[in-house]
Amino acid sequence: MKLTRRQALALSFGATTLAVLGVPTTRAWANTEATEKAIKEFTGGAAPEAGRITLDAPEIAENGNTVPISVSVESPMSGDDYVQSVTLLADGNPNPAVATFHFTPLSGTATATTRIRLAKTQNVVAVAKMSNGAVFSDTKLVKVTIGGCGG
Amino acid sequence: MATPKPRIKVPSKAAKGEVVTIKTLISHEMESGQRKDKEGKPIPRKIINKFTCTFNGQPVFSCDLAPAVSANPYFEFTAKVMESGTFEFTWVDDDGSTYSAKNKITVQ
Repeated sequence: MKLTRRQALALSFGATTLAVLGVPTTRAWANTEATEKAIKEFTGGAAPEAGRITLDAPEIAENGNTVPISVSVESPMSGDDYVQSVTLLADGNPNPAVATFHFTPLSGTATATTRIRLAKTQNVVAVAKMSNGAVFSDTKLVKVTIGGCGG
Repeated sequence: MATPKPRIKVPSKAAKGEVVTIKTLISHEMESGQRKDKEGKPIPRKIINKFTCTFNGQPVFSCDLAPAVSANPYFEFTAKVMESGTFEFTWVDDDGSTYSAKNKITVQ
Protein backbone atom coordinates (compact mmCIF):
# COMPACT_ATOMS: atom_id res chain seq x y z
CA MET A 1 0.00 0.00 0.00
CA LYS A 2 1.29 3.38 -0.91
CA LEU A 3 0.64 6.21 1.53
CA THR A 4 -0.58 9.51 0.23
CA ARG A 5 0.80 12.62 1.85
CA ARG A 6 -2.55 13.18 3.57
CA GLN A 7 -2.66 9.67 5.03
CA ALA A 8 0.93 9.89 6.23
CA LEU A 9 0.16 13.12 8.03
CA ALA A 10 -2.93 11.68 9.65
CA LEU A 11 -0.98 8.65 10.83
CA SER A 12 1.78 10.70 12.39
CA PHE A 13 -0.77 12.86 14.21
CA GLY A 14 -2.42 9.75 15.57
CA ALA A 15 0.88 8.38 16.77
CA THR A 16 1.74 11.63 18.56
CA THR A 17 -1.63 11.71 20.28
CA LEU A 18 -1.15 8.13 21.45
CA ALA A 19 2.32 8.90 22.74
CA VAL A 20 1.03 11.90 24.68
CA LEU A 21 -1.90 9.97 26.14
CA GLY A 22 0.41 7.09 26.98
CA VAL A 23 2.66 9.17 29.25
CA PRO A 24 0.62 9.04 32.48
CA THR A 25 0.23 5.28 32.34
CA THR A 26 3.86 4.47 31.57
CA ARG A 27 5.27 6.71 34.29
CA ALA A 28 5.49 5.70 37.91
CA TRP A 29 3.29 8.41 39.41
CA ALA A 30 3.10 8.78 43.12
CA ASN A 31 -0.24 7.59 44.37
CA THR A 32 -2.37 7.64 47.44
CA GLU A 33 -0.36 4.78 48.96
CA ALA A 34 2.95 6.61 48.59
CA THR A 35 1.33 9.73 50.05
CA GLU A 36 -0.04 7.82 53.02
CA LYS A 37 3.39 6.32 53.59
CA ALA A 38 4.95 9.79 53.50
CA ILE A 39 2.35 11.04 56.01
CA LYS A 40 3.12 8.10 58.35
CA GLU A 41 6.86 8.78 58.09
CA PHE A 42 6.26 12.42 58.93
CA THR A 43 3.89 11.84 61.87
CA GLY A 44 5.61 8.74 63.21
CA GLY A 45 2.43 6.67 62.85
CA ALA A 46 -0.09 9.04 64.44
CA ALA A 47 -3.31 9.48 62.48
CA PRO A 48 -3.91 13.13 61.52
CA GLU A 49 -7.10 14.85 62.68
CA ALA A 50 -9.00 17.54 60.83
CA GLY A 51 -9.02 21.13 62.06
CA ARG A 52 -6.62 23.86 63.18
CA ILE A 53 -4.77 23.70 59.87
CA THR A 54 -5.93 25.58 56.78
CA LEU A 55 -4.54 24.89 53.35
CA ASP A 56 -5.16 27.59 50.76
CA ALA A 57 -4.81 26.55 47.16
CA PRO A 58 -6.48 27.67 43.94
CA GLU A 59 -9.39 25.51 42.81
CA ILE A 60 -8.13 25.65 39.25
CA ALA A 61 -4.46 26.18 38.46
CA GLU A 62 -3.92 27.16 34.84
CA ASN A 63 -0.18 26.59 34.99
CA GLY A 64 1.01 23.59 37.00
CA ASN A 65 4.52 25.01 37.07
CA THR A 66 3.71 27.63 39.69
CA VAL A 67 0.74 26.96 41.91
CA PRO A 68 0.56 29.30 44.90
CA ILE A 69 -0.05 27.40 48.13
CA SER A 70 -0.57 28.88 51.58
CA VAL A 71 -0.80 27.01 54.82
CA SER A 72 -1.61 28.30 58.27
CA VAL A 73 -2.05 26.56 61.60
CA GLU A 74 -3.83 27.94 64.66
CA SER A 75 -1.40 27.93 67.53
CA PRO A 76 -0.29 30.29 70.30
CA MET A 77 3.34 29.72 69.14
CA SER A 78 4.57 30.10 72.72
CA GLY A 79 7.61 28.48 74.31
CA ASP A 80 6.13 25.02 74.84
CA ASP A 81 3.04 25.04 72.61
CA TYR A 82 3.90 25.66 68.98
CA VAL A 83 3.78 24.10 65.54
CA GLN A 84 6.96 22.18 64.88
CA SER A 85 6.62 21.47 61.21
CA VAL A 86 4.18 21.34 58.34
CA THR A 87 4.71 19.11 55.33
CA LEU A 88 3.10 19.55 51.91
CA LEU A 89 2.40 16.50 49.77
CA ALA A 90 0.98 16.13 46.26
CA ASP A 91 -0.45 12.68 45.52
CA GLY A 92 -0.36 12.95 41.72
CA ASN A 93 3.27 14.02 41.29
CA PRO A 94 6.09 11.59 40.43
CA ASN A 95 7.13 11.96 44.08
CA PRO A 96 4.61 13.08 46.71
CA ALA A 97 7.05 15.21 48.74
CA VAL A 98 6.79 18.94 48.02
CA ALA A 99 8.17 20.91 50.94
CA THR A 100 8.44 20.75 54.72
CA PHE A 101 8.33 23.93 56.77
CA HIS A 102 9.90 24.06 60.23
CA PHE A 103 8.66 26.68 62.65
CA THR A 104 9.88 27.91 66.02
CA PRO A 105 8.21 30.11 68.65
CA LEU A 106 10.17 32.98 67.02
CA SER A 107 8.08 32.51 63.87
CA GLY A 108 5.22 34.28 65.64
CA THR A 109 2.60 32.51 63.55
CA ALA A 110 2.65 29.18 61.76
CA THR A 111 1.91 30.49 58.29
CA ALA A 112 3.86 30.04 55.10
CA THR A 113 3.31 30.60 51.40
CA THR A 114 5.23 29.12 48.50
CA ARG A 115 4.76 28.14 44.87
CA ILE A 116 4.75 24.51 43.83
CA ARG A 117 4.68 22.30 40.74
CA LEU A 118 1.73 20.02 40.09
CA ALA A 119 1.94 17.45 37.29
CA LYS A 120 -1.82 17.01 36.90
CA THR A 121 -5.14 17.49 38.69
CA GLN A 122 -4.64 16.06 42.16
CA ASN A 123 -5.00 16.39 45.92
CA VAL A 124 -2.59 18.56 47.85
CA VAL A 125 -2.24 17.51 51.49
CA ALA A 126 -0.81 19.57 54.34
CA VAL A 127 0.05 17.85 57.62
CA ALA A 128 1.03 19.78 60.74
CA LYS A 129 2.94 18.38 63.68
CA MET A 130 2.57 20.20 67.01
CA SER A 131 5.19 20.35 69.74
CA ASN A 132 2.99 18.10 71.91
CA GLY A 133 2.83 15.42 69.21
CA ALA A 134 -0.71 16.14 67.94
CA VAL A 135 -1.13 15.92 64.18
CA PHE A 136 -3.60 17.79 61.97
CA SER A 137 -4.16 17.72 58.25
CA ASP A 138 -6.09 19.42 55.46
CA THR A 139 -6.56 18.40 51.83
CA LYS A 140 -7.47 20.43 48.75
CA LEU A 141 -8.18 19.22 45.23
CA VAL A 142 -6.39 21.39 42.67
CA LYS A 143 -7.43 21.15 39.03
CA VAL A 144 -4.44 21.62 36.77
CA THR A 145 -4.85 22.74 33.15
CA ILE A 146 -1.19 22.46 32.06
CA GLY A 147 0.96 20.03 34.02
CA GLY A 148 4.19 21.23 35.52
CA CYS A 149 6.72 18.42 35.55
CA GLY A 150 8.35 18.98 32.20
CA GLY A 151 6.72 15.84 30.75
CA MET B 1 23.07 29.92 34.52
CA ALA B 2 23.82 33.10 36.37
CA THR B 3 24.58 32.90 40.06
CA PRO B 4 21.32 32.64 41.99
CA LYS B 5 20.36 36.07 43.26
CA PRO B 6 18.32 36.34 46.47
CA ARG B 7 15.67 39.01 46.86
CA ILE B 8 14.23 39.79 50.28
CA LYS B 9 11.50 41.96 51.67
CA VAL B 10 11.60 42.72 55.39
CA PRO B 11 10.19 45.85 57.01
CA SER B 12 13.01 48.11 58.25
CA LYS B 13 11.18 49.05 61.44
CA ALA B 14 8.85 47.20 63.78
CA ALA B 15 7.28 47.57 67.19
CA LYS B 16 8.50 45.30 70.01
CA GLY B 17 6.73 41.96 69.84
CA GLU B 18 5.30 42.66 66.39
CA VAL B 19 4.85 39.76 63.99
CA VAL B 20 6.36 40.86 60.68
CA THR B 21 5.91 39.22 57.29
CA ILE B 22 9.04 38.27 55.39
CA LYS B 23 9.09 37.53 51.67
CA THR B 24 12.03 35.85 49.99
CA LEU B 25 12.76 34.75 46.46
CA ILE B 26 15.89 33.37 44.86
CA SER B 27 16.50 32.98 41.15
CA HIS B 28 17.15 29.29 40.56
CA GLU B 29 15.94 26.94 37.84
CA MET B 30 15.07 24.08 40.30
CA GLU B 31 15.84 21.39 37.70
CA SER B 32 13.58 18.56 38.83
CA GLY B 33 15.48 15.56 37.45
CA GLN B 34 12.28 14.47 35.66
CA ARG B 35 12.94 16.31 32.42
CA LYS B 36 14.83 14.91 29.45
CA ASP B 37 17.09 16.73 27.01
CA LYS B 38 16.83 16.57 23.20
CA GLU B 39 18.64 13.21 23.07
CA GLY B 40 16.24 11.73 25.59
CA LYS B 41 18.76 11.61 28.42
CA PRO B 42 17.46 12.70 31.80
CA ILE B 43 18.71 16.13 32.92
CA PRO B 44 20.30 15.66 36.36
CA ARG B 45 18.47 17.09 39.34
CA LYS B 46 19.75 20.42 40.65
CA ILE B 47 17.56 22.16 43.18
CA ILE B 48 17.79 24.25 46.29
CA ASN B 49 17.14 21.62 48.95
CA LYS B 50 17.16 23.69 52.11
CA PHE B 51 16.27 27.22 53.13
CA THR B 52 16.81 28.66 56.59
CA CYS B 53 16.10 31.97 58.26
CA THR B 54 17.66 32.98 61.57
CA PHE B 55 17.33 36.12 63.67
CA ASN B 56 20.40 37.10 65.71
CA GLY B 57 21.54 33.49 65.35
CA GLN B 58 18.25 31.97 66.58
CA PRO B 59 16.30 29.77 64.12
CA VAL B 60 13.05 31.39 62.94
CA PHE B 61 11.92 29.36 59.95
CA SER B 62 13.37 26.71 57.70
CA CYS B 63 12.17 24.58 54.85
CA ASP B 64 13.21 21.32 53.18
CA LEU B 65 12.50 21.50 49.47
CA ALA B 66 11.67 18.72 47.04
CA PRO B 67 11.79 19.03 43.23
CA ALA B 68 8.07 19.88 43.32
CA VAL B 69 8.85 23.43 44.45
CA SER B 70 8.62 25.84 41.51
CA ALA B 71 11.58 27.48 39.83
CA ASN B 72 12.74 30.64 41.60
CA PRO B 73 11.56 29.34 44.99
CA TYR B 74 9.45 31.90 46.82
CA PHE B 75 8.65 31.87 50.52
CA GLU B 76 6.47 34.07 52.63
CA PHE B 77 6.49 33.56 56.38
CA THR B 78 6.38 35.53 59.62
CA ALA B 79 8.73 36.34 62.46
CA LYS B 80 8.15 37.80 65.90
CA VAL B 81 10.69 40.51 66.69
CA MET B 82 11.46 41.42 70.30
CA GLU B 83 14.68 43.38 69.67
CA SER B 84 16.66 45.03 66.89
CA GLY B 85 18.83 42.66 64.97
CA THR B 86 19.70 40.94 61.75
CA PHE B 87 17.84 38.31 59.76
CA GLU B 88 20.11 35.88 57.98
CA PHE B 89 18.84 33.83 55.07
CA THR B 90 20.64 30.81 53.64
CA TRP B 91 19.82 28.65 50.63
CA VAL B 92 21.62 25.32 50.11
CA ASP B 93 22.06 24.02 46.57
CA ASP B 94 22.24 20.33 45.57
CA ASP B 95 25.86 20.88 44.48
CA GLY B 96 26.77 22.01 48.01
CA SER B 97 27.06 25.73 47.35
CA THR B 98 25.19 28.09 49.63
CA TYR B 99 23.73 31.50 48.90
CA SER B 100 23.02 33.92 51.69
CA ALA B 101 21.59 37.33 52.43
CA LYS B 102 21.18 39.56 55.48
CA ASN B 103 18.61 42.13 56.46
CA LYS B 104 18.54 44.45 59.46
CA ILE B 105 15.45 45.40 61.39
CA THR B 106 15.12 48.13 64.03
CA VAL B 107 12.71 47.78 66.93
CA GLN B 108 11.35 51.09 68.11
